[in-house]
Parts: sequence; C-alpha cells; structure tokens
Amino acid sequence: MFERTMARRPKEKRADFVEKDNVIIHGVDISGHWNRMHSPREITSYDLSHLEQVTAVPGAESMGWCYQCAKCIGVCPVDNVGNYGPRKLFRLLQTGYDLINSPELWECTTCANCLRVCPKQVDMIKIMPALRAKAVMDGTAPNELQDMFKNASEYGNPMGESPRKRFRWTKDLPEDVAVKDLSKTPEEVDVLWFVGDYYAFHARGNDAAKAMARVFNRLGVNFGTLGNEEWTDGDSQRLAGEPGLFEMMAEHNIEQFSKQTFGKIVTSGPHALNALKNEYPRLGGQYNVEHYTQFLNHHLADLKKLLKNPFPHKVTFHDPCYLGRHNGEYDAPRALLGAVPGLKLNEMYRCKEQGYCCGGGGGGMWLDGFMADHVNMRLSENRVREAVSTGAEVLAVCCPYEVSRFEDAVKSSGNEGKLRVMDIIEILDQSMGG
Amino acid sequence: MGDVYVVAEHLNGELAEMTFEMLVHARGLAGGVGGSVTAVLIGGTDAMAAKLGAADKVIRVAAEADYNPDTYAAGLKAVVDAKKPQVVMAGNTSQGMDLANALSARNNMPMAAACLKVSAAGGNVHAVSQLYGGKMNVTSNLGSGPCVVTVAAGAVSADGGRKDGAPASEDGGKAPAATKLRFKKLIQPEKGDVDITTQDVLVAVGRGIGKKEDIEVAVELADKLKAAVAASRPIIDAGWMPKSRQVGKSGLKVKPKVYLALGISGAPEHLEGMKNSATIIAVNTDKNAPIFDVAHYGLVGDLFDVVEEMMDEL
Amino acid sequence: MKIVVPLNQVPDLVEDLEIADSGKELDFEVLKMKLNEFDDHALEEALQIKESSGGEVTAVAVDGPEVDKVLFTALAKGADKAVKITGANPHADNHTQARVLAGAVGQLGADLVLVGVQSAGDRDGQLGPLLAAYLNWPGVCVVSGLKPEGGKLTFHKEYAGGLMAEFEVDLPAVMGVQAARATPRYAPVSKVRQVQTTAKIESLAAAAAGDVPAASVEKMEPPVKGAGAKMLKSAADIIQVLKEKGVV
Repeated sequence: MFERTMARRPKEKRADFVEKDNVIIHGVDISGHWNRMHSPREITSYDLSHLEQVTAVPGAESMGWCYQCAKCIGVCPVDNVGNYGPRKLFRLLQTGYDLINSPELWECTTCANCLRVCPKQVDMIKIMPALRAKAVMDGTAPNELQDMFKNASEYGNPMGESPRKRFRWTKDLPEDVAVKDLSKTPEEVDVLWFVGDYYAFHARGNDAAKAMARVFNRLGVNFGTLGNEEWTDGDSQRLAGEPGLFEMMAEHNIEQFSKQTFGKIVTSGPHALNALKNEYPRLGGQYNVEHYTQFLNHHLADLKKLLKNPFPHKVTFHDPCYLGRHNGEYDAPRALLGAVPGLKLNEMYRCKEQGYCCGGGGGGMWLDGFMADHVNMRLSENRVREAVSTGAEVLAVCCPYEVSRFEDAVKSSGNEGKLRVMDIIEILDQSMGG
Repeated sequence: MGDVYVVAEHLNGELAEMTFEMLVHARGLAGGVGGSVTAVLIGGTDAMAAKLGAADKVIRVAAEADYNPDTYAAGLKAVVDAKKPQVVMAGNTSQGMDLANALSARNNMPMAAACLKVSAAGGNVHAVSQLYGGKMNVTSNLGSGPCVVTVAAGAVSADGGRKDGAPASEDGGKAPAATKLRFKKLIQPEKGDVDITTQDVLVAVGRGIGKKEDIEVAVELADKLKAAVAASRPIIDAGWMPKSRQVGKSGLKVKPKVYLALGISGAPEHLEGMKNSATIIAVNTDKNAPIFDVAHYGLVGDLFDVVEEMMDEL
Repeated sequence: MKIVVPLNQVPDLVEDLEIADSGKELDFEVLKMKLNEFDDHALEEALQIKESSGGEVTAVAVDGPEVDKVLFTALAKGADKAVKITGANPHADNHTQARVLAGAVGQLGADLVLVGVQSAGDRDGQLGPLLAAYLNWPGVCVVSGLKPEGGKLTFHKEYAGGLMAEFEVDLPAVMGVQAARATPRYAPVSKVRQVQTTAKIESLAAAAAGDVPAASVEKMEPPVKGAGAKMLKSAADIIQVLKEKGVV
C-alpha cells in the first residue's frame, strides 16, 4: 500500500553560498573571498498545513510541543532497527510531510519509552491512536489491520476464531483441574480470570492457560471465567485506531462482568490489564484488576510452599511494555521468578523502565508483514538476540502475545535450540509438578 | 409428459463436461418418471449433436453460437412451452443458473438448485441440494408437475453420458434475438506463466494463508517439491494470485498426482476442481473442514507450522 | 445512475451448523449470521462504480435480526441510502425474496441492481436471475468487471476454466456479482457508530409476494461422510506420504 518513503520525504533546501564582488561596510571595503556568508535557510517556506492538521486532532496536540532534543531517538525501539522516532516525525511534519497517509503512522508500538524520557511530554500513546483513527475512518489503514478489525467486530477476537470455541481449551483438562464457566452457571467467585485471546485460541497460549488453571487450583483460588462470552479486551484495537471497536468490545465485556459477582479480576495479559484498569472506567466499568503476576505475588508465601521442583536454568526476563512502563509493575514477575528453586535470573541490559519492546503493541502484533519493509530486523528478533547474549537458556515472558512472537523470532534469528520461550506461569506450573 | 429435458451446455465451441453428467442424471430420472431423455441444444453445431447419443432425442434451437442469456432463455422457454416436459435440467453453472432461474420464474415452475441427486417416487420429483458450503444436504419435493433442477458438477461421472452418434433430431425453431443484451466477445483465459492443469504436484493455498505476503511460504515449499502453486477463489478474488492459478468451479480443473491443500476449507466450488487428483493431502486448522472428506490424508494444524516443519525436514 | 444492492444474511459457515427440531431447516435461533460474502462484493462493486463514475447506492434488506447493523454498516462504507423492507420473512426462499425485492425495486427505482452471485442457502435457485425475471429486466449471473457508460453497462461473465465473455446490456439490469474489483472494504465500528447517530434507515412495506412456485423441503441433513482422510500426526508424516508417492 505504501512505498518506502525516504524518496518522498521533502528535502530541506540547502543554504546557498553568497559571495559579493564588492562590499563596503561602514566605509571599509571588504571585497574579497572572506566576505563569503551563508544566505538564510528558508525554513518558513515549508508547508505547515500537515503539522497543523495533526496538532488540531484532539489527542494529538502534544505533537507540536517537540523541540527536537532527540532523547526519544535513543530509546525508540523502532529507530533501533530502522529510521523512525517521534523527533523525526515532528521534523518531517515541519517540512510538509503527510504523516496521516504515510507508513510511519503505523510503525509506533506505543511502548512509551519515548514518553518516559521526553522533557516536553510529547505523548505518542495519545497521538498515534488519534491520528490512526482518522486513517481508519478513511479506509487507508494497512489491510492486515483492517482484517484484524473485521475479525474482532465479527467474532469478538482478532483471529477470526469462532467465539463458540473460546472455552474449548479447557476440554482436555483433567477433572481435578476445574475451570468454571460463569456465563453458563453464575456463582460468586473471588477471582474472575480474564483469559484473553491468545491463551484461549493459540496453541502455545493454550499451554499457558492450562498451566494457569493448574496453578490456581493448587493454590485453592476460587475462580471462574466468562467462558465463551469473553471478548477481546479491545486495547490493541483502540491503539491501532479503532476506538469504536474498542468501545464495542468493552461494552460487551462490561455487560458480562455486570452479570457476575466477584472480588477482583485477574488478567492473563498486560494489555487486558491496561484496558480494564485504565480504559474501562470511562465506560462505566470500575474493577479491582490485577495482572496474574501481581495476583500471585500477593500470594507468594502460599505459592512458595508449592514450588517444589527445581528449575535449574538460566533465565532472562522480558518486561512487557504494558505491565512495566504503562502500569509501573516491575517487581511482581521478578518476585515470582525469584521464588522458583534453582532458577537463576540474568537481566538483560534493557530491562525494567528501559525494557525493549517486542513489537507487538499498538497493533504491531498484526503488522509484522507490513513492518518488514521498514525495519532491518523485527523488534522481537532484536530482543531475542539480546536475551541470548545474557547466556540465558530460557526467555521468560508474561504477556500472551510474546510466546508466539519470540518463538518465531528465535527461529528466524537462527537461535533455534539456544533459547526456550516460556510464560512465567509455565515455569511456576513446572516447578509445582506440571 | 414425464419427459426429462436436459439443457445441453456448450462453451468455446465444445459441449461442456456438465452436459454429459446431466445426461447420466437424466437417464436415471427418466426411468422414474416413465419418460424419455431429450437434449435441448441451443445455438449448437452438428458436431455437438453427434455427441449426444446418450439422449433419446435432441431438439435443435437455432441461435447465435455464442451464449447469450436472453436469447438462450427465450429459446428454451419456447421449447418448454410447446413440449411441456416434466423436468428441465440445467447445470448449476454460469450458464445454467441464468437459464434455469429465468425459466422457473417465468413459467412458475418449482426449482431445486445445486442438486447431487434427482429422483422420482410416487409420481413426485425429489432433489437433494448441496447447500451451506457442502455442510448440509436438503431434499426438496418438487411435486408431480413441471419443474426445474440445476445439477452440481461432479456428483456423477460424465463417462456414462458420453455416447457418440446423433439421436433423432427435432427442430426447435429459432430463438428470438435479444434486444437489450449483446454478446461482444470471448476472452480466453490469460496464459499464466505456469499451466497448473499439467503439473504433477500442486501446492494449493486458501483463505487460511491470511495475507498476500505469506503466499511466499507456499512458493518456497512448492520450489522444494518441484511443484506449482495454485489457489482457491478467495485468494484470486483478493488479487493475490493470477486467475491462471485458480482451482475450482470458476477456475481450472486439475488432476495432479499430488494435491497439497493448505488452509483450504473445501467449499463445493473448490472440490469440483480438484477432487479427482490422485492423492490429496489437506492441512487445515478446522478438523471439521469439508476438505478432509475428499482428502486421502489430512493433518489438523496451522499451515505455517506444518510448512515450516516440512521445510526443516526437507 | 441509481444502484440498488439487496443484502442478505447467511449462516456463518465458520460455525457448526445446527438443524431445527423440524428437521427441515437450520436452527436460525442459535446460528450466527453474517452478511453473505458475495453480497459484500456486490456492495463493494456498487461503491466502486459510484466512486469512479458517479451514482447513488441504495442498500436494501428485509427486516430481521441484526438488519439495522447490516444497513448501518453499508452506510458507513459509503452507501447513500439504506432501506429496510418490513413485513417479509428474511429466511424465505429465493423466489419469495425475489418477488418482495422486485416490488421494492419497482418503488425505489433503479438503473442497476447488483446481487451476490450466490448464497450459502440457495436451495430454490439464485436470487439475481429470479429477480431479473420478475422485473422483466435482463439478468446475468457470475459477472465481474462492470463498466457503466451512458445507459449501458459492459461486463464480463465468467465461465469455467478462466474463460470469460464480454457483454453489453441496456440498463436497467440485474447482475449476479462474482467478485468486486477490490476486496470489500472494512467498515470501521467507529464510523458505523457515528452513522447510527446521524443517518436514518428508511422503511418500505413489503409488497405481496404473490404466487411463487414452491418446492417443499422434505429434510435437511449433514452429508453422509465417506471414509474421509487418513489423519496424520505431523509434518513428517506428510513427507512420508510424499516419499511414497515419489515426490521427494
């Protein structure tokens, strides 16, 4: 849909040299080559209408605040493998670039590392969804995203799986690992587990979901799920520029929650956590919600007693952007890993607040094909190389997008056999006896 | 009364395979209704008539040689009005759909479409339609009066309907020329870089491939297997592959030694084009996909995982 | 140019289909319905014609569950008008549907009616040519590549094997669309929601269907499956089969 745009980017007008033959200033003749000077750059002749158009979009105002310090460029995960970054976008806009109709509109993963360091609080997390919404309305979003939106709007999940199959992952669980479907038989529970699309539909996600079911059962948690009535949390759709679809998903989930009685919601994924905790309240859904690592960390004492089998491996941990930077949680996953006997944690250089993005956020999960034209390696491959460099045998994750992303990246970066990717819940489950 | 009229279909100067399949259906049905089989050949040639030996009679209607929906429909209607057969049978094809529906509506004849089987019992005609992407068969009772059926391709072998020697011929008059609809020209299929009908091995991709870029996955596997890549209709309609690679009802019929179907669910329109392949291997995430009914070997799984493993093994 | 596009919902074949207690039809109560894929192509082609050579697109649907969603979606995609036909059965056979639509098209007026070439439940024929016959207009199935010019339309009719014929027709006419020139566009929910608050769906009372030939349903059943495929366990098994067949 888009061509690589470097060629289309406007060139700044070069300064011309000016050297006059005869120059007399204050009566002194200064003719000669040493009077050579640069003529002024014509920065005001650029077409500012695109910049103005962008900053006029509600939510995207802060794009205009950039003063080109370039702190963002050092931490932008996309610039790390390509040519991108908020500062560059602002400069392009200043020079008359039509960002809304460009591929750059889709490259940001909303990882929030730029916002962390930005002295001017240029907020890409608000800017990108607002601008993308315009493109989505105009029908110019990449086809992969439009297909994903269509799937979510028709089936309540981005994969286009039958919603009636959402609960099927439970069917081969043994009887002593009970997972309640509260949508069929409502009952009061302490924990309403928001399972999420990847746990429910993806084969490797199923592994993690089953591990979670076993861990919850062993811990004696009184929990249930929404069964087939759960829809995708909608956050990735919102960030990719479809706020109406987000609302449709959220309204459905809020209605389902309203039919249940529960103490708190525990999510498998950081994106669901972010949606339920930070976005659902404005639609009337106010919940006590935790990511599963936070929930389990609160039961660490009980959990520790169950972690009997050693897991004698070197492990490194990837901070999910939406658990860490977006929601400030860096300790819970590390506390869980620290409780596993035999496990040795080697941190990557880019960890915690500086964690490197896997590339799946903000709609990136569906844009790998699109991004291939704009980066020299996938973000996930870049991350996998860093993980391998720590000497780790296992890359531990706690975002459902990441197991499949990183497993792909392990293969595509030629590290097959060197690094295993495991959800933290799978490690805990193994340590409990699987 | 009690006669079965088959609308002989021809294309590009040749009788269509469907014509012979219909003659097989019609012969079985004619026994049930106690009548004979008549082929109605509109705009056909003597050479075509000479291949309709499986019919008891052929009615020749003069018309332009190239199919025109309006002309042919009017010619057929005139024959049916005059002869009042009990059953008019057409193919569930591009031409047959035009003609059968128009006749049913204009002559108020009940109709059953996409039939796998048409039979008679107790004076009534019964037809089994293949519906909902091949997931349901529905039996209709068309009553004892005149009716129309269209036949799904491939339900019977055409061989029984091939019999040389022209049957008795009757003049069906001249079809009135269409006034509003004009045939301009035939457009022969674009010659692709590869002729998929002559390949020994085909790797075929369907909707399950998800996006255009990922067709590359199939291309790589095909290269390894020295095979060509084919596709089902959604891939062609999306413009991801040229029409010359399309297998199925509106594409090409193929009979390779091995047909490897990746992410193809197996709609009847697709099966029509490939089910005579010597060996069919299907990979699909849905274990209930109809493709597994015609495949000789099946694997439930994600095509990307499977192809990747195959590439590794190879 | 006024283009009317009738939109029908069909069972989503991604789902397992269930048969109603009568044993003669699907259990529409539990089925997930979606817009007929071919109707979506017909709508896309209508919008493409409008965008390239002007015109007005009216989406029409028989009142039933979720029909507002279907029509608002059509408006969000760019249809100019949406009309709901009330007092008719959305699950009726195609002859009845065609009669009802012929009445509606007569009232709305149209130069061109674009219908999806087929629908998953076409037991008694296809809607397009039936509608054409009841309107007494030219009707052609399996078409693509529509090009209107003046009061005429040139188009391709597709046959098997990639063979096509080019035709020209004097409008008005009914076309059974096989594929639009572009993949049917996505209607953003954001836009559908916006349209819901600003646009109106017009209502039109269904004309009497009158006398249509009926073929009664005797039974519906899933096809008896043959032995089916020998199920393999892994990619390695496929390689094994390919080896046996001499491919590798």
